[in-house]
Amino acid sequence: MSESTSSGVLTTADGVPLKVSLRRAVRRSRFKALLLVAPLLLFLGIAFVMPIFDMLSRSVANPEVPTHLSRTVAALEDWDSQSGELPDESTYAALATDLAEGHENRAIGRLSSRLNYEQSGMRSAIMRSGMASRTMEPPYKEGLLEAHEAWGQLETWRLIKRESSPYTMSYYLAAVDMKLSPEGAIVDVADNQKIYQALFWRTFWMSGVITLLTLVLGFPIAYLLANLPLRKSNLLMILVLLPFWTSLLVRTTTWIAILQSQGVLNDMMVALGVIADDARWQMIHNKLGTIIAMTHILLPFMILPLYSVMKTIPSSYMHAARSLGGKPFLSFRRVYFPLTIPGIAAGGILVFILSIGYYITPALVGGQSGRFITNYIAYHMQTSLNWGLAAAIASILLFVVIIFYLVFNRLIGVDKVKLG
Amino acid sequence: MTDNSAPIGEVDPELADVERPTNEQDDCFARFVNVQKSYDGVELVVKAFNLDINKGEFITLLGPSGSGKTTCLMMMAGFETPTHGKILLKGQPINDLPPHKRGIGMVFQNYALFPHMTVAENLAFPLEVRHFTKEQIKDNVERALSMVRLEDFGDRRPAQLSGGQQQRVALARALVFEPELVLMDEPLGALDKNLREEMQYEIKRIHASLGVTMIYVTHDQSEALTMSDRIAVFNDGVVQQLADPQTLYESPANAFVAYFIGENNRLVGDVIERLGEQCKVRLDGGDTVLAKPVAVGGIGSRTTLSLRPERVTVLHGASDPRGDALDNRFSAKVQEVIYLGDHLRTRIAVCGNEEFIIKTPNAEGHYALRPGQEIEVGWASGDCHALDA
Repeated sequence: MSESTSSGVLTTADGVPLKVSLRRAVRRSRFKALLLVAPLLLFLGIAFVMPIFDMLSRSVANPEVPTHLSRTVAALEDWDSQSGELPDESTYAALATDLAEGHENRAIGRLSSRLNYEQSGMRSAIMRSGMASRTMEPPYKEGLLEAHEAWGQLETWRLIKRESSPYTMSYYLAAVDMKLSPEGAIVDVADNQKIYQALFWRTFWMSGVITLLTLVLGFPIAYLLANLPLRKSNLLMILVLLPFWTSLLVRTTTWIAILQSQGVLNDMMVALGVIADDARWQMIHNKLGTIIAMTHILLPFMILPLYSVMKTIPSSYMHAARSLGGKPFLSFRRVYFPLTIPGIAAGGILVFILSIGYYITPALVGGQSGRFITNYIAYHMQTSLNWGLAAAIASILLFVVIIFYLVFNRLIGVDKVKLG
Repeated sequence: MTDNSAPIGEVDPELADVERPTNEQDDCFARFVNVQKSYDGVELVVKAFNLDINKGEFITLLGPSGSGKTTCLMMMAGFETPTHGKILLKGQPINDLPPHKRGIGMVFQNYALFPHMTVAENLAFPLEVRHFTKEQIKDNVERALSMVRLEDFGDRRPAQLSGGQQQRVALARALVFEPELVLMDEPLGALDKNLREEMQYEIKRIHASLGVTMIYVTHDQSEALTMSDRIAVFNDGVVQQLADPQTLYESPANAFVAYFIGENNRLVGDVIERLGEQCKVRLDGGDTVLAKPVAVGGIGSRTTLSLRPERVTVLHGASDPRGDALDNRFSAKVQEVIYLGDHLRTRIAVCGNEEFIIKTPNAEGHYALRPGQEIEVGWASGDCHALDA
């Protein structure tokens, strides 16, 4: 910014460039605004952004082999994994030292788990050799081979060399039922071990069905909300919002009480003679149970965006269409329905995204066949403690959501989303 | 309204059920016969509406908001059902006919142009639902657009047009399928003053060139006076007067019409003498005024005198020869003078009324009045209508 006016820069009366002057004028109010949102920003940073990045990094992090087998990794650097020969004595010596140290500082458990994800049997190989390496004398090769036969197999060494990098894609591969072969190629896991692809697919199609059902059920309600007289629509709005005031757990378990084989609905049907006592409907602990309960729970998230869009459509549009000669259904299809599309898209994307990330309801009413991928994230977080795999699955879900969001934003515009 | 006034359209509730003979007036284009409307079963929004509309006529329903005029329009369009009475179109009752089968064009208050369609698509909609061919649609849309002088705007969306242009499109859309009857619900309410006046003439021009029958709803009395063949003045669910603009302005049937149409000075008093074409009224302030009895009872009844501001003459002293023709003469005091360009609006105190307005043209031969000045004013008894209290 020069003070020369010949270059065409606009200046204020005392010669300061206009842009500089403007920036000074708004700096103070900007600073105040920033101060106001600072607590929230801090909270978001600590409670939201950092955990997400931590989780994302866990899905590719691979610290176990490089840290706990550092000497072995260094020794393996010169070894050609395609040579068909086992590594030399110095590598075995490095391995024995690493294992002894790992046994000493109790890091060996994590290492054995990590390698066991890749190849079953590695846990016992590491644990047993670790125990033996404390008292091991040279030659280490014989000693280690004696401790466990895995050290005589090329696959074991290839695995260690492959996983010696601090980053790995094996969690992501595992999350889509694939793995790296000993030769380093990406291959499908055996068919009887495949679970995640089917789970992803099931999560997506069931979420799609749930989204569709909430739309079909929610559209008329949203229409009523937007068009009834104020007193009635307020009452209806309270009914729509009522679920938000009840615990999610209560709502879900209520469905169990209603839908189970000895539940309200089945008992009623038997009493009415619609079904025989020994042929009660299986409506819970399967896909149907998940779909029914989740449709109910997510319905308000469809109704509210639809309502907010319908509220802005004056009744005169339909009146105009009718007076111009449109039959009721045609007027609806040509005039009213197209105007509700932003609401449908907003509600649809909201319900779908919430649905694919839903955990508690499928866990309670889904049984074995109605579970979602999220239930396996929880399983790997809490039971198997394979956080890397949990992080990889969660990251894939996150990317899918981001893709849906971007498509939505491109087609409809995210500023159209309003909740009432 | 008191009982001694008998505004047109007010029907004795016991007579409301009596069918008027319809066959002898079948040449009427559209008719409301004893139409009543209630939303809540407690109150009548439209009390007893009778209106015969001739083919090609421009009828305006004028009244304050809540007077029932829009309800009557919506009943004609088919969006409201009459609680009682009949609506006939070309001799056929249409009470049970759904809106899309009535073939009535309608222009809405906020235009109701479909925002997701272009202007041409908006105009094509009524033709498509009538299964016109593609060429017919194209021709008719072009013709309708040129009628409202928007030939080049067919590809625009309504949101890309100004208020006046949207108004024209709405008009074109209501006319494109060549309905014989067009309803307009305060179509110019959202426009600014200049545009509104321009559109008034535009609508008038189109009405004259197409010969279509129009029912127009507004609360703007100057708009009604400008455009209409006949005006039905609504108040309180009842038509107070149905007449052409000049009659409405010159000879209001009751105090409401006088008050609602144009500006008007009110003087309140009792009738003390009736003299054929004249009556003598003693005002509450003590002065006695000669007036033309329009809607008053006998001697002793209360009355409101209505006098247009432009019918009051300011006299040049007691000897002014113009005063000879005026049978009401009073001295007055100027309270306030407002300069309005083409005329001066002066508030004076006369006959005990301090809100008395007179209008004097801003032309040669007229005195410039000053506040506080004592003057003499006069008016003819024929211009002073004695109406209901």
